Amino acid sequence: MQEELMNIVVVGHVDHGKSTIIGRLLADTHSLPQGKLEQVKANCERNSKPFEYAFLLDALKDEQAQGITIDLARCFFKTSQRKYLILDAPGHSEFLKNMITGAAHAEAALLVIDANEGIQENSKRHAYMLSMLGIKQLLVVVNKMDLIQYSQEKFNRIVADYRLFLNHIGLTPVNFIPVSGMQGDSIVALSKNIPWYQQQTVLETIDSFQKSQPLTQKAFRMPVQDIYKFTKKQDDRRIVAGRIESGQVSVGDKVIFYPSGKMSTIASIEAFNAPKKLQSIEAGYSIGFTLAEQIYIKRGDLLVKEHEQKPEIASRIQVSLFWLGKSPLVMGKEYYLKLGTTKVRAHLEKVLHVMNAASLESKASTTVQSHEVAVCLLKLHSPIAFDRPENNELTSRFVLVDNYDIAGGGIIQHALEDNTDWMREKIQERNANWITSDISREERAEKYGQYPSLIIITGQKGSGRKTLAKSLERALFAQGKKVYYLGIGNVIYGVDADIKNTAQETRIEHLRRFSEVLNILLDAGQIVIITALNLTQDEVNFIKEATLCQRLFKIWMGQEKTTDIQENLWIKDKLISPEELVNIQMSLKNKINVSE
Amino acid sequence: MDHLTELENRSIYILREAYSQFKNLCMLWSIGKDSTVLLWLARKAFFGHIPFPLVHIDTAYKIPEMIEYRDRLAKAWGLNMIYGQNELALQEKNTFPDGKIDRINCCRLLKTEALKQTLSGEGKRYRLNHATGQYEVDTNNEPYTGVIVGVRSDEEGSRSKERYFSPRDKNNDWHIGDQPPEFWNQFKTDFAPGTHVRVHPLLDWTELNIWEYIQREQIPTVSLYYDQGETKRYRSLGCWPCTKPVESISKNVAEIILELKSGQFANIAERAGRAQDKEDGGGLETLRKEGYM
Repeated sequence: MQEELMNIVVVGHVDHGKSTIIGRLLADTHSLPQGKLEQVKANCERNSKPFEYAFLLDALKDEQAQGITIDLARCFFKTSQRKYLILDAPGHSEFLKNMITGAAHAEAALLVIDANEGIQENSKRHAYMLSMLGIKQLLVVVNKMDLIQYSQEKFNRIVADYRLFLNHIGLTPVNFIPVSGMQGDSIVALSKNIPWYQQQTVLETIDSFQKSQPLTQKAFRMPVQDIYKFTKKQDDRRIVAGRIESGQVSVGDKVIFYPSGKMSTIASIEAFNAPKKLQSIEAGYSIGFTLAEQIYIKRGDLLVKEHEQKPEIASRIQVSLFWLGKSPLVMGKEYYLKLGTTKVRAHLEKVLHVMNAASLESKASTTVQSHEVAVCLLKLHSPIAFDRPENNELTSRFVLVDNYDIAGGGIIQHALEDNTDWMREKIQERNANWITSDISREERAEKYGQYPSLIIITGQKGSGRKTLAKSLERALFAQGKKVYYLGIGNVIYGVDADIKNTAQETRIEHLRRFSEVLNILLDAGQIVIITALNLTQDEVNFIKEATLCQRLFKIWMGQEKTTDIQENLWIKDKLISPEELVNIQMSLKNKINVSE
Repeated sequence: MDHLTELENRSIYILREAYSQFKNLCMLWSIGKDSTVLLWLARKAFFGHIPFPLVHIDTAYKIPEMIEYRDRLAKAWGLNMIYGQNELALQEKNTFPDGKIDRINCCRLLKTEALKQTLSGEGKRYRLNHATGQYEVDTNNEPYTGVIVGVRSDEEGSRSKERYFSPRDKNNDWHIGDQPPEFWNQFKTDFAPGTHVRVHPLLDWTELNIWEYIQREQIPTVSLYYDQGETKRYRSLGCWPCTKPVESISKNVAEIILELKSGQFANIAERAGRAQDKEDGGGLETLRKEGYM
C-alpha cells in the first residue's frame, strides 16, 4: 500500500517562527533521522547557546548551516494519517519569488503570525499571494503565545483583525490556533498553558486537510505539448501529446483544437508499457492520442471536446497579476505570455490600478513594480484559448516572461473586444467545417522537399516590391521549388470585386479574403510570395492567424520604415544585386527546406 | 490517482517540456537506479523512443558491472549512447587514491570537469556505434543547451534547493540565492546564449518512490544493488574507491522496499556511504555550485 503524500507550505513574516514550528512538527512526530535531535542539542551545549527547534531545520537543510534560509527547502514528516512534504518559504520580502515557488506547489498552507509582534507586512502579502496562487486550505498559527502570557484577549484581537483582512481577499481559514513553537503548546497536543483553547491541534488540523484531486468533473482540456512522429523502428504513429488538465476523453470522441477551431476524432490513446489498450483517460495523465483526420495542429493549441463548454478566444485580455521582475512591467516593451503550453508575444496596453498587497491600497500607475499586484489590459500578438477562472482556474493562469525570466504571474479575468473578433469567428467556422484531405501536411512537405511558407514583401510605394517578388519566385522555381507569387492586387479586382468602398474599414476585409486565398495555397503545400503596401504587424498577425502559417519571412522595402512591422530583412535599395538575391535565399533556407 | 502515478505523470510532463524547448538536449545516465528510472520515464514520455543522447561521465573508476550493464541496456533499447571522460587528468594521474590528489579534487576533475567538457563539446564524446557494438569519437561537438539530470531533493541539502529547470551560467555556476520562480508548471525555458539549463524531473521523488516504481514497472537495474550472498549490497553507486557497500541481506526489489520502509535504513541517509560528501561538509554544496550533478 502506497502512502498518501501532501505538500504543505509554511509562510509568514520573517522571524515569526516558521522554522520553529516545522522543527517541532518534525521532532514531535518522530520524523527526524536517527540521532539528529541529540546531535543538535549536543552542538548547542558545546557552543553554550540555548537549544532551539529552528536549529533542527537548519541542520537538516545544510550541515554547514550557512546561506541557506534564503531559499526554499523541503523536508518530510509523517503522521498516522499520511506523509507530508513541507516547503519552507522564506519570510524576507526580497525572496518573494522563492515563497511563490514553494507555495505554488502546496495543497495547503500554514501561515505563522507572531503573537507579540502582531500582523506584519508579509503576514498580509503572503496571504494575498496564496489567494492568487489558488491555495484554498489555510491554517493560521498564532505563535509565541508564551511571550504574551497566553493572553486570550490579545489572541482574539489578532484573529479578528486578520480575519477581516482575509475576508477582503476572499480567503477563509480553516482555523486559528494559539501556539508556542518553543514550548510545544497546541502543536501535537493541547496544553495546560492555554486552558481556554480546546479545539484541534496544529497536527490534527493538518491531518484534516483535503488532498487535492485532479479536475475530472470539469470540461475536458488538454494543452497540446507536442506532436511526435518518431520514424525509427518503423513507428508511423503521429501522436498528439500533452497532459490532461481537466475532464476526461474516450476513443471515438470528437475534439476541437482552439484557437484554430480545427476538428478531429480521437482514434486511439497511446501509452508505453500500459497493461492494455486504453479506451478512455482523465485529468492528471500525461498521455498521447492519434487522430482519425490528419489535421494540422501545433504545440500551444488547446484540445477540447465537442459539445462541452467552449473556451474563450481573445487577443486582448483583462488580467490580475503579481510582478516579481527586477525591472518593472512597462508599456512599449515586448514580453512573452505563457499559458498552458502556448507562448505568445504580449504588450502591456494599460494599467487599470496597482495595489499594495499588504495594505490593499490602490493607486493609479502606468507601471507595475516588483512585489506589486495590479489589474491590467494586455494585448497579445496572436489569440489564445483560455477559460475564465470561475470555470477552470488551471486554464486561466498565465506567466509573463521578461527577457529570459519568468517575471510575473496572473489570472485572466475576461476577454476584451478587438476589431478582428468577427473575422476570428469566421476563421474558426471555416476550420471546423474544413474537409480534410487524407494527405497530411507533413506528407506533402516530405514529398515536395519544402514546407508551405509565406514570404511577405511589403513596404513603401515604388520601393521595388514586385520586382523583388518576381526575381525571388524565378530563383526558387529554378531550384525546383513549388512557388507562387500572388500580389494583393490580383485578389482586389477579382475575389474582392463586390467591395465598393475603399476606406480603411474595408482594408481588413480585403486582407481577410486575401488570407483565405493564401490559406488554400499554403494548404496545398506551396511556397507563396506576396506583395502588399505598408503592412502593419497587426495585419501580419492576422494573416498568420488565418493561415496558421508558422513559416513566415517578412521583408520591408523602402528608405524608411513607416509601420510597426517586425521585419526579418529591411532592403533600402530598389535595385537588388544578384549577390543580395543569393543572400535572401540563404536566409530563407531554414524556413522552407525540409531537412534530412 | 495514487502518489507514484502522480509523480510519474509530472515527470513525463517535465521531460516533454524539455524536449520541446531545447534544441540540443541530452540526458545524463549515471547507470544508478535514479537515472535508470529517468530513462524509463523518457521511454514512457516518448512512446518507446528516446529522441536525445544519453551521456555517461565515465571516471574510469566505476565498478565494472556498471559499464557492462550500461552497454547491455544501450544495445537492447537502441539508445543513442555517449560517454565522456577527463582523459588528461587520468593520464597525469590526478586521481584518488592511487594518484596525487584528495577525494574532493578527484571528484572535481573526473566528474565536474569531465562533465563540463563533455557538455560544452570541448572534450571528446564517444558514441556507441550500434552496427559494430564499439564506441567511436562523436563528430557532433555542439554544446548541449539542456541537460536532464536525475537528482532528487531528498538526497542531500543542496539538492533540496533545486528547481525543475535550473539555469547555469557560462562557467556552469549555480546562483542558489537568485533562482527563477517556478509555478503553475511554467519553467525557465528561455536562456541567454552560452548558458545552459539543468532539468530535474525526479526532484519530488524519494528513494522509496524510486524502488516502488522499479518494482511496479519491472525496470531492469544493475545487480550491485542486491546482496549476492555476501550480506553486502550497494545502496548508492559511484566510483569504487569512494563508495562502499552497506551491510544488508536484501536480495531483490521487494526486500529493499521493506528495508527502507521499516528496516535498518528507515532513518539513515542514502548517501551515508559516499566519502566525498563528508569531506564537502556533508552538504555537497561546494561541489554542486561548481557544476557537480
